[in-house]
Parts: sequence; C-alpha cells; structure tokens
Amino acid sequence: MLDTLISSLLTVLSMQHILYLAGGVFLGLMIGIFPGLGGIAGLSLLLPFLYGMDPISALAMLVGLVAVIPTSDTFTSVLMGIPGSSASQATVLDGFPMAKQGHAARALAAAFTASLFGGLFGALMLTVFVLIARPLILAFGSAELFMLTLLGLSMVGVLAGNSLVKGISACGIGLLLGSLGAAPATGEYRMSFDNTYLMDGIPLVVVGLGIFAIPEIIDLLRQNRAIAEAAALGSGWIEGFKDVIKHKWLSIRCAVLGTLIGALPGLGGSVVDWIAYGHAVQTTKAKDNPQFGNGDVRGVIAPESANNAKEGGGLIPTLLFGIPGSGSMAVFLGGMVLIGLEPGPAMVGAELGTTYTIVWSLALANVIGAGSCLLLSKWVARLTLSPYALMAPFMLMVICFAAFQATRSLGDLVALLGIGVLGVLMKRFDWPRPAFLIGFVLAGGMETYLYQAVQFDGWSFLTKPGVLIIAAITVASIYFAVRTKPADKTNDSDGTTDTQAATEAPRRRASNLRPQIVFAFAVVGLFGYGLYDALQHSFLGGVFTAGLCAFMLVMSLIVLVKLLRGRLEDPVNFDNEVEAGYSTDNSITSLPHYVYWLTGLVLGCFLFGYLIAIGLFFVVFLLLKARTSIIKTLSLTGVALAFLVVLSHLMVLDMPRGLLQEMVQLPWPLS
Amino acid sequence: MKHSNSTLFSLSARTIRPLVAAIACASALSVTLPALAADFDGARIEMTMPFKEGGGTDTWGRFYAPLIGEQLPGQPIVVVKNIPGGGSTSGANQFQLRAKADGRDIFASSGSTMFPYILGDKRVKYEYKDWTAILASPTGGVVYISSDLGVKNVADLAKLKGADLKYASQGATSLDLITLLSFEVLGLDVKAVFGMKGRGEARLAFERGEVNIDDQTTSGFIKKVQPLVDEGKAVPLFSWGVLGKDGKIQRDPTFPDLPHFVEAYEMVHGSAPSSERFRAWKSFFVAGYAAQKGLFLPKGTPDDVIQAYRESAAKAIAVPGFKEKAEDVLGDYDQAVGDEAGMMFAEAVSMDDEAKAWVVDWLNTKYSAGLQNEE
Repeated sequence: MLDTLISSLLTVLSMQHILYLAGGVFLGLMIGIFPGLGGIAGLSLLLPFLYGMDPISALAMLVGLVAVIPTSDTFTSVLMGIPGSSASQATVLDGFPMAKQGHAARALAAAFTASLFGGLFGALMLTVFVLIARPLILAFGSAELFMLTLLGLSMVGVLAGNSLVKGISACGIGLLLGSLGAAPATGEYRMSFDNTYLMDGIPLVVVGLGIFAIPEIIDLLRQNRAIAEAAALGSGWIEGFKDVIKHKWLSIRCAVLGTLIGALPGLGGSVVDWIAYGHAVQTTKAKDNPQFGNGDVRGVIAPESANNAKEGGGLIPTLLFGIPGSGSMAVFLGGMVLIGLEPGPAMVGAELGTTYTIVWSLALANVIGAGSCLLLSKWVARLTLSPYALMAPFMLMVICFAAFQATRSLGDLVALLGIGVLGVLMKRFDWPRPAFLIGFVLAGGMETYLYQAVQFDGWSFLTKPGVLIIAAITVASIYFAVRTKPADKTNDSDGTTDTQAATEAPRRRASNLRPQIVFAFAVVGLFGYGLYDALQHSFLGGVFTAGLCAFMLVMSLIVLVKLLRGRLEDPVNFDNEVEAGYSTDNSITSLPHYVYWLTGLVLGCFLFGYLIAIGLFFVVFLLLKARTSIIKTLSLTGVALAFLVVLSHLMVLDMPRGLLQEMVQLPWPLS
Repeated sequence: MKHSNSTLFSLSARTIRPLVAAIACASALSVTLPALAADFDGARIEMTMPFKEGGGTDTWGRFYAPLIGEQLPGQPIVVVKNIPGGGSTSGANQFQLRAKADGRDIFASSGSTMFPYILGDKRVKYEYKDWTAILASPTGGVVYISSDLGVKNVADLAKLKGADLKYASQGATSLDLITLLSFEVLGLDVKAVFGMKGRGEARLAFERGEVNIDDQTTSGFIKKVQPLVDEGKAVPLFSWGVLGKDGKIQRDPTFPDLPHFVEAYEMVHGSAPSSERFRAWKSFFVAGYAAQKGLFLPKGTPDDVIQAYRESAAKAIAVPGFKEKAEDVLGDYDQAVGDEAGMMFAEAVSMDDEAKAWVVDWLNTKYSAGLQNEE
C-alpha cells in the first residue's frame, strides 16, 4: 500500500509527467476560456494525438485538460455573465454583479483560489475515498438517485427570488423543456412535432448559453457601455485571496459536497454548483449580511470550490465502473481505452497505482491551472472596461460556435435563439432563470429514476433507508431555505434573484401589467399544451409530463390570476424595464432591437451558412454599432474568421451550411 | 505546425479536384483507360462518425483511423468527424447526402446505425445497399444471471419459468433488441426496465440487485463480470456465438466452454430454431454482433479507390503486433475485410418480409415502439 503511494507520487512528480500535464493544462485553459466549448472540444482536439503515445504521458495530458476546464471557464462567467460550462453556471449569479461593480479582479481571484483549494482538497479526499467508493456507489440505486434529484429541486426554494409561485413555475418550464424528446420508459417522442432535432431533446450547452448569455449580451448592448460601471477596477486580487481564507470552512464543505455528488453516476456534475450555491445561501446567517445575487463573494467561492472537486469525484464511477458521469468523462474514458487502460474493479486493486497517479495529477493540474489563471486575472479583468459593442460580435460568434458544437446542426442555432428570447423575457419579468435551469438539468434523471425505481421495487422504494435519509436532508434543506429568507418579502429585493434591481433606492413598480400578463398567459398555454401532448401517449410515456403539467398549470395560473387582479405591490409584479428605469431612459435601446439583430444572424446562417453570415454580421455590426473605421472593422472580422476556420479545421467540424451551399458548390472553407 | 501544412495541402488538392474529376469523366467517355491507381498523397480523409466523442464506436474509429491511413497509397491523414444525433441516423443521413465518392469520405457504422435502417425508422434517409463495405469488426457477448436464482447453467433454464426476471435496457430498439428478442425466442418471461444510459449502467443495476439478468459485450464481461462470477454472484448462461464462414453460428472462441445462443435454444426447445422470430434474431445478431462495426465508402466510389481501401485494411490487420495492440479495443475476434465484410452486412440488412413484419409488430405491441409496418 505504502509503496504504491510512493511510486505513484514519484511518477506524478517526474519531469516528463509534469511537462505533459502542463501541456494538457494549457490546452485546457485555452479551450475553456471560450464559453460553451469546454472539455469535450478540448479532449476531441487531443484524442488524435493520444494514439501511439506512451500511456503515462497520454494520461497526464488527458488529466491536465479535464482538470482545468472548470477553472478557466470562470473567466467568462465572472466577466461577462456567460457561463463557461455547466460547471460554473452558479458562479454567474454573484461573480458577474461583482464584475459590474468593478470588483472583477477580486471575484476572479476568489474564484481561482477556491478552485485551487477545492481541487486540492478533493484530491486529498479521493485518496481515501477511492478505496471505499465501490460499496457506496452500489448503495445508490435508482430510488436513491431519484431522491437526490428531489434534493436538487429543493434548491429552487432558495433560488426562487421574490415570488415562490413564479420560481416554481420557472422550474416547471425547465422540467418540461428537459423532458422534450424520447420518453425514457417507452422511447415515444414528446412535444417534438416530428422534428429530428427536437426528438433528441435540446442540449444543455444550448440552454445554458441561451438562458444566461443571450439576455446578458442584449442587456449590455442596450446600455451601450462597458461591463464595469466603475471607470477603474476597484479591489485587487489579494482581497479575493483573503476572502477564501476567511470563508475556508464554506470552501471545505463545498469541496466535500462536490466530490461526493460528482462521484454519483447518472446525476453527475451539472447540479453540483447549484447545490453548493444553495448551501452557501442557506448557511449564511442574516447577521453576516448576505448579499447573494448582488455580488456576494461567498456566492463565488461555494460553486468554484465544488466544481473542481467534482472532477475528481467524477473520476470514481469512470475508473471503477466504466460509467462516465459527464460528457467530458465519456471522452476521457474513450481516451483511456485508446491508450490501453480498461476501467473496472482492478483500478482499486492491481491498478491502484495508476488510479493514484490520476488523482494526484488532477491535484497538480489544479495547482498549475488555477495558479496561471490567478496570475492572468489582473489583466483579463481589464476587459470589463472596454466598450461592449466591440466585444459583442466576438461573444456572439463564440456562443454560436459553441452551440452548434452540441449537435452540429443549424437546429442548435435556432434553439439558441428560441431559448435566448425566453431568457430575455424571464430576465425582464423576473422569472428566476436558475430555477429554470435546475429544472431543465434534473428533468431527465428525475423521470428516469422514478420510473426505474417503481419498476424495480414498486412504490415500496419510498421506505428504503437511503431514501428516507435523503428525504430528511431535503426537508432540512427546505427548512433552512425558509429560515434564511427575509420575512418581509414584499418590500425589498430578496437578494437571491438574478436581477440587478437597485438594492438601496426605493423600488420603482411597474404599473402597466400588460406585458407580464401576456408572458404569464403564454406560460400557462405551454403547460396546457404539455398536458395535451402527454395525454396523446401511452401511460408510461406520458404520466410524468402529465403530472408535471397539471401541477404547473395550477402554479402558473396563480401567477396569472395575481397579475390580472392588478395588485401592484404583490411580489409577482416585476418588470425590469420599469425597475431598472429602462422604459424612461431614452439612451437605452428598445428591448426587441437586438433580438432582431440576433434573428438576422440566424436567418443569415440559413441562407448563406454560418461562416458567411457571421462575417457579414461582424462587418455590419462593427460599422453601425461600434462605429469602428473600415480598416479596423475588416481586420477584426478577418481575425475572427481566421480563428473560426482554423479551430473548426482542427476540430474536424463542418460549419452549418445554408441554402447557398446546398445550391452552389463553393470552395473550402465557404462550403 | 503539422496541421497548418495539411491545411495548405488539402486546400490545393480541393481546388484542383473538380478539374481532375472533369478530365477523368471526359477520358472515361472516350477511351477505357487502365484504372489509375488511387493516390491520397497530402489528402485529409474524413471519417464520418455518427456518434459523440468518446463512445465505443468513436474509440473503435479512432483506433483504426491512423492504421488505415498509413497503409493507403500516399499515406493520408485520416481524421474523425463526429456528427451525433438522432441515435446515429443524423450522421448517416448526412453521409448519404453529402459524401464525395473520391475516397476522401468514409463512414463508421455501428449496429445502432443498422437497426433503425432494418426497422424502417422514419428518420432513416440512408441506404446501406448503396455503400461499399471495407471492413467489419465483430464482437461477442454473454448473457448471465444472478446466482440467487439457483440456476447453475443454461440446461437449468426451465427452472426460471415463473421467476421474477428483470432486465435493465437502453431501449427496445437499441442494441438491446437482440437480448430482448432472445428472451422472447427462448420463451423467457423477462420484464424490461428502460432508460439506462449504456450497458455499463445496466451492469451496475445488476450489481445492486435491482435486476437479475443481464448481458455484456465480451470486453465488459471479462473485465467487470468475470470477477462477479468468481465471487459466486453471477452465473454465465450462454454467449451469442460468432458467425462462421458457412453462415452458421459457432461457439465464441473467447468463451469456448459456454454454449452459444443456438445451442441454448436447442437445450430449451429440443430442436433447432427455424421460425420467423429466429430469422429476425439472426439478422439483428449479425448487425449487432457478428458485424457490429464497419467502415463504408459512399455510393459511386470508383473501383480503384475501393480496391485501395480494401487492400489497406487487409494490410493494417496483418501488420505484426496488430493483434496485441488491438486486444483492448477489438477483443480477440477475426476482422473481416472486403467481400467478406460486404457479405456480412448484406446478410444483416436483408431480413425477409415475414420476419420483419413479425418483429415490428412485436416491438409495437410489447414495447409501444411506434414503428410503421410497411403493408
């Protein structure tokens, strides 16, 4: 045992190993900094080179790459409000407000220190945990996993914002969208209108980018200024470092959460950050002056500590059972097989040395990755001072590129636009988008595990000890959520909403409720249609969505009725156009304006293909909106397009083709 | 650096290609030239992979890509182009529609691509009969049960009548169709629980005791189920077997002591199978195991290109040390090349109407699969 530990440690610390590891780390940093690309893109760039490499070096590169994705994706989450990957969605909630207040460097430093700490602590925990993980994973059957999805859903209570019924309805929209496509029990296609794209369900990447990134980009463009409201960057990175030291216990608890939840196959990483965030909100007492949603550094530390620890946890089912917990773990697994490592029980037996090499490489990669990000953050934070009109086309280009990375079809862009519009409206009317996303992420698992648990054990699964324990934790979690909520909900912004309503100034209330009523009516209609659709299917194929829609119909009708009664002081009333003063401020562009721009881009892709459309978009946008000179416009466009072409060539990715390409044979890369 | 080079090469190759094609056409019309040997010097060959990065077929394709590339004339780079979606039908549709018949586009097919084709799924817009097979990789698998059921081997199968059997499956029209169909043919009453994301998850359900009958492919069985057998928790029943050159099913060389499926059938029913159910089973068995993964060239590929590919595949698997290298990815099975591969795929996709009607009806009534019957 001891010699295994020592020989693994020596392998990890050998020069060759560190060099390859660092190579993987830097590739991961470069890929991870682009929102939505994440681990799968990086690994697929790496895969062709793995074959024929010496296994230890290949493994070092793989681990290095996987480890730093949840580190570098923090840049866009904090600086631009765009979740870099599903692992850092919760970071947006407080990281971005901090950046807006000019504390970008502090937020980044806190995030990277927390990442580093979480990753190291996670690896330490794994060293012991890996030995006892097998029975633990075997104890989590479908019944227990179903209960865990309920625990995840209970976080909606924490993230619901001002109005609980609106929060639940938003979560319901997410659940319904998440159950689009093939039913787990029968494979029947729900709500997919015979459309091949919808049959597969909407990819998480597209939903995450649409619901957070698009509304943020549009909002910033409308205000036509830099991200940071302050002219200079306020607090520096030393402070962020101190923040983590101050909240070290929060960081440790979240790292433990991350490792454990990450280790459960099937539920995996996508909810870890939300659970950690919810945990931070629940355990912060009122006397500690919580500012969650408005730039509380604890809201950055918690998810970032958890999401790096999660990668380590995610290794356990991958190595021990050959079951990848996430998309990037699936590619990691493929890479392992290519270099001749087969996962299985032997990984904690005869191959224990390899397992430890992987675990500690992960820790080392975290040190290198978070360390370099920390050093970079001071400079990268300056991006928040540059005018947004100059950055927007780049962001849109990368987001579209990342979106169609998901299934490589034009459908991804249309879905991105659709979800983006939904996000814009939800942001405007304060239907909490985190609640929506949690619903979306958990929908599939919730239905599948419930169905399987009932099939395996009948309804008596509810009396299994594991189920009862998780139920108790869920109840406790709801209790804490209620306790930490301020008593007078009607008066002040609750702090957990993702709106940017002024905290001190008296709130402006919308007096024209028409737009909100129309949106609420549409939501009711959506659940009505969901119910209708569910009734067209067999019992097992429709029962989940039918029950969901029936319940959500009630919730959304309550919202609608409250709005129709016209009581302005009711917490359901929220219209960001009024609250943020946009409707009275002439310097703010109208809301649909940039939605039209985006629609134009997607339409352009349909006609001319992605590459030509984005090129045209760049030129027109920069000339009209950023008002750059012709030369600058053309050179910026050229750089952007060259980047796209090279990246897609390396990734062996065909960019979406339009009608033009279908009719005329164009030379590469236009084809 | 290597990559920027290949970009330049492929760029120039692409620009002159129409010209070459035009000359080739013109000359083909006038005189019959001796077949020009295919040359892929500096080319980039794209292997369309209808799955996401990381899965079994992707790993298989990435294993073969460099091996085939280095044996082709001109030693081109073979890259893998993942086009996931629609349960692998999207990538196949795109290949059917867009692949150029000059040897620069090849397709990696799996049983999951063949099944919807065989079943007449409405998403399928590709035609296997248009394509030319280069290579077929077989795999095997073993069906095993929990030792709690008190069955020692397949001869005791009759004891299972009335037992509460559960099987964790990815879906009735997935590769698990073969297993579900086997239970039906053997007359075993097994309750299928769907929604698993892979055979690995299903095996986990078995280990947890949530289900008591399961199957795994050869590599999964050896690495992860054999330890359970050794501990006395699982009992292997039968293997699927392998397809012999005579078209008959033989024992799997990896599991010489286990009876294959047809033997199991004979033990249970006392006679050799012949019904439409068995014919359906056999087609799916060939598509799902005997020729599970394959490489194809698109419709209209010139003979010299086909020849070059078939020769390179034959050379790639004959390279000394190939078997050892391939062990983890391919298992211990003979790879089929050229006409042999073509014949296997032909057998897989040519199920007779009676068998097909039966299987579609069975899937629809038993598992609400919602398939359309052709009548």
